[in-house]
Amino acid sequence: MTRHIPWILIAIVGAVALSVVAVSRGEAVNALWIVVAAVSSFLVAYRYYALYIARTVMRLDPTRATPAIRRADGLDYVATDKVVLFGHHFAAIAGAGPLVGPVLAAQMGYLPGTIWIIAGVVLAGAVQDFMVLFISMRRDGRSLGELIRMEMGQVAGTIALFGAFMIMVIILAVLALIVVKALAESPWGMFTVAATVPLAMLMGAYTRWIRPGRIGEVSLIGLVGLLAAIVYGQSVALSPVWGPAFTFTPVQLCWILIGYGAIASVLPVWLLLAPRDYLSTFLKIGAIAALAIGIVIMAPPLKMHAVTQFVGGDGPVWSGGLFPFLFITIACGAVSGFHALIASGTTPKLIASEAHAPIIGYGAMLMEAFVAIMALVGASILDPGVYFTMNSPAALIGTDAASASAAVTAMGFPISPELIVQTAKDVGEHSIISRAGGAPTLAVAMAEIFSHVVGGPAMKAFWYHFAILFEALFILTAVDAGTRAGRFMLQDLMALAVPGFKETKSIVPGLVATALTVAAWGFFLYQGVTDPLGGVNTLWPVFGISNQMLAAIALMLATAVLFRMKQDRYVWVTMAPTAWLLVCTLSAGALKLISADPKVGFLTHAARFSAAADRGEILAPAKSMEQMRQIIFNDRVDAALVAIFLAVVLSLLFFTIRTCLAARRIAAPTAREIPAQLVPAE
Amino acid sequence: MTGLLDTLRRTARMMVGVPDYDAYLRHMREHHPHLPAMDRTQFFRERQEARYGGKNGGKCC
Repeated sequence: MTRHIPWILIAIVGAVALSVVAVSRGEAVNALWIVVAAVSSFLVAYRYYALYIARTVMRLDPTRATPAIRRADGLDYVATDKVVLFGHHFAAIAGAGPLVGPVLAAQMGYLPGTIWIIAGVVLAGAVQDFMVLFISMRRDGRSLGELIRMEMGQVAGTIALFGAFMIMVIILAVLALIVVKALAESPWGMFTVAATVPLAMLMGAYTRWIRPGRIGEVSLIGLVGLLAAIVYGQSVALSPVWGPAFTFTPVQLCWILIGYGAIASVLPVWLLLAPRDYLSTFLKIGAIAALAIGIVIMAPPLKMHAVTQFVGGDGPVWSGGLFPFLFITIACGAVSGFHALIASGTTPKLIASEAHAPIIGYGAMLMEAFVAIMALVGASILDPGVYFTMNSPAALIGTDAASASAAVTAMGFPISPELIVQTAKDVGEHSIISRAGGAPTLAVAMAEIFSHVVGGPAMKAFWYHFAILFEALFILTAVDAGTRAGRFMLQDLMALAVPGFKETKSIVPGLVATALTVAAWGFFLYQGVTDPLGGVNTLWPVFGISNQMLAAIALMLATAVLFRMKQDRYVWVTMAPTAWLLVCTLSAGALKLISADPKVGFLTHAARFSAAADRGEILAPAKSMEQMRQIIFNDRVDAALVAIFLAVVLSLLFFTIRTCLAARRIAAPTAREIPAQLVPAE
Repeated sequence: MTGLLDTLRRTARMMVGVPDYDAYLRHMREHHPHLPAMDRTQFFRERQEARYGGKNGGKCC
């Protein structure tokens, strides 16, 4: 009993912190209460729930050899130290999603987001990562698509592969859109990000020919280069020649990114992708750690309201009510379907013992949720007026300080035009109006926190561009790596129709698949960039729906596997989050398709515009008949995409139910695990 | 202290997909003593290609 006492204390601390966050009204709540509430909930959840799943539901067996032991080859299958593997897995799952989603979710106030991140990760997100890791670990580290094929049949596997490809396309488009929003009309930011390309190539040459394999050395050189680029970027931005040369409109940036994606993804990996991945990975881990330390030192009060009037819908940042769209918007920080691809990727081939699975599978996802909590804190310590000025579309608040100040003040978040101008000046930008996408908002918050700790207000502009660079860097790495991954997925799919297409030695199928992948995400990027409502408004919910659907698919697989293991008594562990995710995604998908509110439903929006077009009318924000047709076309494409996602998830639900019913009719376990083998004695 | 630094170094390298070279050599010595082992540079290049060139290129959102 005494061993439970510290955990009971942690639970009490967490409960107190959570109730302070939940019930305080009127006076400002300190951000540390949110941090304490999250950390203590995570510790208790790990100690009790993760261990319950490990011992009772999965029945992990430390004497059973993992793929890293059975198939050891010193390369892909390597029994890896628990701490080292935790770092590897966390670095692989942490991306832009958990930073952006919570920032966007802050439009409803900090309370709904906090509660969902904590509850969602404990009951759904971490369970998903952990279960997929477990399933893959027992099956030679196979990938999600192969696992679905093994347990639910060929057709289900192919549908899942197709769904994963579509999700990849949307992810790449939305990530690229965030970069466009962050770098448009920002010569300082654009210069520093552009500088990373030659810098990475230099690093690539260094690791290729001068000192092969010296990752630490070359990363330090790269870091010095990056810092120099940020410092020098200010002079570039101010220069009358170079400033305009690095100033791009969103549409120009969109084409630059599409060209970049197409070229970067066919270059040799050592030249650009690998060295930039070193920089972005280490910078990401460093920035996350610095943010955590900064928040603890600064202990900032929350300025955002606990709950805003936008919980009912009608928010300027994204449309739709709290249910289901808050859950769709937060996405990765609470539950991320994409992690199922990582947990069935390299990690299961590296895990040294089944006993390490809880800390890697469940623990790393808790850490990711902690990152999401920090992003939410970041957005909530800003003046709400600044937050809504940055995140509302220009169609609502105009493009100058006076109109933005009037519109945001009218929303109930008073802000003076002087503060808008001053905030932009502080961070070294021309304007902060309508810098949607989450990244600029988070960068302002990080500049606030970092400059409090190091450098004071004079360093704000430096830290702002440091934060933009850190986000843009790993997003661009993801665009490059994702285009390559998408290309292989597409080649696998096309090989089903044209057998020769999988041929990876011949150059033509690879180029065709790459071009198609870039064209696919480029289409949605262009659509998002030219969307008069800001793009994020349209694309982020589609991304969120697709990501949460992939999570539902992974949890359905886990449910089917538990039935096939004859662990029927414990299937609620995966069935409950599956049911919740299905309810959220299916209702969000259905609303996006057929909601009568034109701000939410794509088809209603299209119908309204097409009726107006037939009458020869032009509806704002369109300015010409051409734009009217563009909007109608985009709406219909988005609707089709959502319909495809709905069809994928419903058909996999059908296969899951069939598999579960079949498993229940048979008395013996039918799960297709690789037969147990003992860990060899030392 | 050296233990901690070593763990940090190995963690950082594993984060970008490069496992321990000494462990690879040990594996080759113990299990395939007759096969030639890659040298450090070959090993590094092989791992780089495996991480980024193939199907493991998927990064998270």
